[in-house]
Amino acid sequence: MTASAPLIACHECDLLQREIALPPGEVVLCGRCGAELYRSAHSTLDKPLAFLLTAAVVLTVANVYPIVGLEIQGSGNATTLFGAAYALWHQGMPPIAVLVFLTTFLVPAVELAIMGYILLSLKYGRRPAGMTLLMRALQHVNPWGMLEVFMLGVIVALVKLTHYGTVIPDMALWAFGILTLLLAATASSFDIRDVWDRVEALPCREVDE
Amino acid sequence: MNGVPVTAASRALYSCHTCGLLSRGADKGADMGGVVHCPRCSAELHFRKPDSVARSWALLIAAYIMYIPANLLPIMETSSLFGSQDDTIMSGVLYLWYSGSWDLALVVFVASIMVPLLKLIAMTLLLVSVQRRSVWQPLQRTKLYRVVEFVGRWSMLDIYVVTILAALVQIGSLATIKAGPAAVAFGAVVVLTMFSALQFDPRLIWDPLQKERPGHE
Ligand SMILES: [Zn+2]
Ligand SMILES: [Zn+2]
Repeated sequence: MTASAPLIACHECDLLQREIALPPGEVVLCGRCGAELYRSAHSTLDKPLAFLLTAAVVLTVANVYPIVGLEIQGSGNATTLFGAAYALWHQGMPPIAVLVFLTTFLVPAVELAIMGYILLSLKYGRRPAGMTLLMRALQHVNPWGMLEVFMLGVIVALVKLTHYGTVIPDMALWAFGILTLLLAATASSFDIRDVWDRVEALPCREVDE
Repeated sequence: MNGVPVTAASRALYSCHTCGLLSRGADKGADMGGVVHCPRCSAELHFRKPDSVARSWALLIAAYIMYIPANLLPIMETSSLFGSQDDTIMSGVLYLWYSGSWDLALVVFVASIMVPLLKLIAMTLLLVSVQRRSVWQPLQRTKLYRVVEFVGRWSMLDIYVVTILAALVQIGSLATIKAGPAAVAFGAVVVLTMFSALQFDPRLIWDPLQKERPGHE
């Protein structure tokens, strides 16, 4: 094989293909199975960083304020996400409490922290320490962030709650809604391939080991 | 396009899971115990996910087993002045339906009952076809795998509903809602099927094509 353009292997069917140059905003799909091979690199790191920092602020708001309140015959009750997980724990459901806490708070928070650290390091021209470990952690935790499902769950719960009393939607409900969109925007502007290319392009590269 | 499709594995090239780099693997000598590493990010390299089919099966069978208590046991226990009531996932759907929210009833039915079951069936089909080295409809099977990966998370819906209800409806003797034992079983089904799908290597769907073609020529 005489290489003209670099080769790339599809991660879903392993077909070898030649890379082609891409105009901005375009995506290359595998010729055999249609999986996304790569997308054109972003010109700056500012866009993913902007989404990411906003998402971090909104994540904080979403967890500080109550999601929803319920008023039954004069006595009121409101819950935050932590409060809900805490209640489950004390009702003899620790596994579920942990699952809820992981999928709605810990995973999104860890993802934002890792991406933020990598992007900020690259922005200041440094190779992030432990890059391989961080990228692998990111890949492993990613499927377990389920905020959009949680949002739908809250909506179903709201409908069921109207049966018991007056439902009062609170700050965190809106915050979670916005956060869902922000996380999607952050994830789509954070490109693994682009990040590795930037790491490789750094002038003085330290070796990991 | 011309004859046998060329895959990375057939050219002894590794594609790195962590950084995507295509390489022959850095030979770091005997101290690495025969494990090949990526020259760019030093992650371990494999042609295919190791023991993919066996691990995927084990997790899937466990998920099948948990699916039974998840649907038979109560997921929500309500106690009020008028006595107590246990709700399974299905009775929760029926409650929404009869209280006029047929749209949400449908959403919960699809997310909590249909999706988990279809996921179990789809994973079984994928695993059996891969084990039999089937060359039948690889593209459609790859698409099926993508659907399984995409919808997996949506089965968590009922868990979140119960979480919110159990946290809020705690008004002493008036009404109290607790999560029931099915919540744990149901959570286990979701987690186990997701792990099963993550262990599965979709490239195995395409591998038999590789071996078949040269024989025909
Ligand atoms: Zn492909
Ligand atoms: Zn690598």
